[in-house]
Amino acid sequence: MNAQITKLFAVVVVLFAVLAYFTSRWTVFSATALNNNALNARPAIEQLRIKRGSILAADGKVLAKSVKAGHGTWGRTYPQGGLFSQVVGYSEGGGNAAGLEVSMAKYLNGTPSSISSLFGTASTSTQVGDDVHTTLDPAAQQTARSGLNGQAGSVVALDPRSGAVLAMYSNPTYDDNKPNAKCADACLVNRAVSSYYPPGSTFKIVTATAAINSGKYTPDSVVNGNSPVTVSGVPLSNDGNQSFGSISLTQALTYSVNTVWAPVAENVGIKTMTEYMKRFGFYSKPPLDYPAGEMTASAVQSPGGQLYPPGSPNEDIGRIGIGQGGLVVTPLQMAMVASAVANRGKLMVPHLVSQVTNPDGRTVKTVKPKLYHQVMTAKTAQEVNLMMRTVVDEGTGTPAQLGGGVQFAGKTGTASVGPAGLGETQPWFIGFAPADDPKVAVAVELERSTSGQSGGAVAAPIARDVVQTLLSEGK
Amino acid sequence: MSARNRELVGLLPASLLITAGFAGVFIQRKAELTNVSLTYGAIFLGLCLAAHVFIRITLPYADPYLFPLVSVLASFGLVMIYRISSGDARQQAQWFVIGLILFAVTVIVFRDYRKLEQYRYVIVSISLLLLVLPRVPGLGEQVNGAYLGIRIPGTSGFQPTEFSKVGLVVFLASYLRDTRQVMIQGSRRILGITLPPLKYFGPVLVIWGMAMVILFLLSDIGSSLMFYGALLAMLYVATGRISFVVVGLVAFGLGAWFLGTHIPHVHARFEDWLHPFDANIYNAPLGSYQLANGLFAQAAGGVFGQGFGESILTTASGTALIPEPQTDMIYAIITSELGLFGAVGVLLTYLMFVYRGFKVAVLARDSFSKLLAAGLSAVFALQVFVIVGGVTKAIPLTGVTLPFISYGGASIVANFVLLALLLLISDRARRPVVRT
Repeated sequence: MNAQITKLFAVVVVLFAVLAYFTSRWTVFSATALNNNALNARPAIEQLRIKRGSILAADGKVLAKSVKAGHGTWGRTYPQGGLFSQVVGYSEGGGNAAGLEVSMAKYLNGTPSSISSLFGTASTSTQVGDDVHTTLDPAAQQTARSGLNGQAGSVVALDPRSGAVLAMYSNPTYDDNKPNAKCADACLVNRAVSSYYPPGSTFKIVTATAAINSGKYTPDSVVNGNSPVTVSGVPLSNDGNQSFGSISLTQALTYSVNTVWAPVAENVGIKTMTEYMKRFGFYSKPPLDYPAGEMTASAVQSPGGQLYPPGSPNEDIGRIGIGQGGLVVTPLQMAMVASAVANRGKLMVPHLVSQVTNPDGRTVKTVKPKLYHQVMTAKTAQEVNLMMRTVVDEGTGTPAQLGGGVQFAGKTGTASVGPAGLGETQPWFIGFAPADDPKVAVAVELERSTSGQSGGAVAAPIARDVVQTLLSEGK
Repeated sequence: MSARNRELVGLLPASLLITAGFAGVFIQRKAELTNVSLTYGAIFLGLCLAAHVFIRITLPYADPYLFPLVSVLASFGLVMIYRISSGDARQQAQWFVIGLILFAVTVIVFRDYRKLEQYRYVIVSISLLLLVLPRVPGLGEQVNGAYLGIRIPGTSGFQPTEFSKVGLVVFLASYLRDTRQVMIQGSRRILGITLPPLKYFGPVLVIWGMAMVILFLLSDIGSSLMFYGALLAMLYVATGRISFVVVGLVAFGLGAWFLGTHIPHVHARFEDWLHPFDANIYNAPLGSYQLANGLFAQAAGGVFGQGFGESILTTASGTALIPEPQTDMIYAIITSELGLFGAVGVLLTYLMFVYRGFKVAVLARDSFSKLLAAGLSAVFALQVFVIVGGVTKAIPLTGVTLPFISYGGASIVANFVLLALLLLISDRARRPVVRT
């Protein structure tokens, strides 16, 4: 029987080899697929076992921090509630996360040190992430929130010199401590970077830049302000069909004369207009340190709602030149337009994060100001700057005046939205201050005013208050 | 060096393992543990030494490696269970003591183990009775759709199949010793297949039927595979006829296929096995949740493991992520924490134990001893195959214990009886022949 016993042992060896094979199959060959399997709860729990770093406002105020949640896991708490929620986002584990919690996850989670992961001791359960310091100003956020006063809309404020985002607030907001709570009107959406709106007359800054920087016009060029004119075969008239006669380009901006700017855009041409739009950042997602999936590029829609490719011959460039014709933009994009003019033609890369520090307090990463595009010459920027000052000084934007000898340069916008004939509007204001040494660029957008209010009347005062708050803090 | 001194030296790895293991848990969770936890290790080593002294006195010629290998497995198991649940580890330690006592009783009572043969029909009857016990209303306990345990007050699930496996092997060793010659000589070739005479093959058919009944009544694919595999292994050792094994495997396969396609709860187990990552099967009651999470745990382990005490055992709300981590799924936890290396180390330790067991069978001088030692080794190896194979998705998952490592009273006690029998056979086989 000994021969049989030996052979039986050989069978056992084969069976054990099968076990070793299957063990290596799951631990090695299919490990990645299993780790990424949607049914696998381990990565999410693993995430919850990390003490993520905090997210802080510019003044050090805590916007998000980790708190012990029992069973070796950490929860996330957001002490500022809805004031910062759309920017900061939330992180619940299991891939349910948004905002800076996503784009900064690499730093917030930190990394286990190589030595501890080699020996497997004290690794995951003690992993501590880095703190993310943002450029957001709590007082400006609060001013923006108070200014919007519950109306749907967005406020974005940038430091034009560095691209730092000083304020980014949208209504409706939500409490990021309870991201799954029911809320009306897509409150989880960060409208400032991902919602489309027709920019209305604020876009005339882009048209003016293209017209002047291309050499076709100067601020003093005399233009015909009569109403109506025919644009793309369809008549276009001014507000109240008002005619202005022969006026300068500056005056045409001061009083936001549609019948001037549409023909100017047509004269400049689709090709040049598209080129300048690209320089301002249109047609690309903003280069913001925010999840790309939560941002949209500003672009031109066909009447059917499809996006035209940049410079499409189907575009009605005249109406685009006055911020209509299917043009849709994000509030951040319009703040970037104001910012480029303010910073002598240099558009800086917008950013929410100033630096990352590790738990020992050492700086892991510092965000330095970076040039995105040289949109126009410094000379053109100065000329457009002066034109925008007249808008606030004597034109449609007078409610934005700051007083105290500080000059605001801006542009109003009142796009028609909603069903024809109801008179619903989309009020806008963009601008920067102090006009002679710009420190803050701002864009305010209100979503659908059913009473047909103008950008100058309702958006400009909010912009004024936010700028005032920031300037009073010495920004 | 004498066999017993080699055994003593062989206990060193176990003592190192248990010291390092408890120190590891201690360091990892120092906030939750006290120094008392380290005394577990000391008591365990004291018990091993006592057992060694007992073997030294009663079984001086027995195989010197079997007991050290068992103590390595048991100490490793104790540390793993302690890491999963310190309360279970305390119970396991008590069962370890009871196991050692039953080990000593077996050695003393069955000093001449051949007298087991006289009781073979009693033994087989009790074994079969134990197998059906879990199905008795009020007594049985259904775990994950399979009836494997019976309730005994004060314990958490007592699995009688652990004892049945030893009893059945004893019976088969005795029965096949008697009938092997007639089975070989009386066999006829039918359609080119060599078949044994029906008269003597009867009891073998009975066990085939029993395996099917286990499969059907207890929904227990693994246990039936274990018993039936042991039967075929012993049949082969007794007769040397591969054809018997082939016929047996075909019969088992046909039966399993029939039940797997016609009985819903058996079919569900096959579905769990074939499609563990199908979201519907995963979420179904008695679905593949346990298997899939065991596989996820192994994937998290990788080659070197996440580190001792680092695998995730609970969800964020504190419930168990993997059901039965200390019994059925302990191999997955081992792989998760110690990686492929640790898991293969455990498998090699089992393989060495089985190797020593077969060595005892080879050295044994009579047929009954050879069959008994080979059968016990085979059933032990098959139990490891059934549970590790189940956890690694090589075969459908069934809740049997990983011998000496898993938490479970019946398992540890029954396996100590198995060890006692192997040592008894070995002591007799290696004893110098004294002519009188």
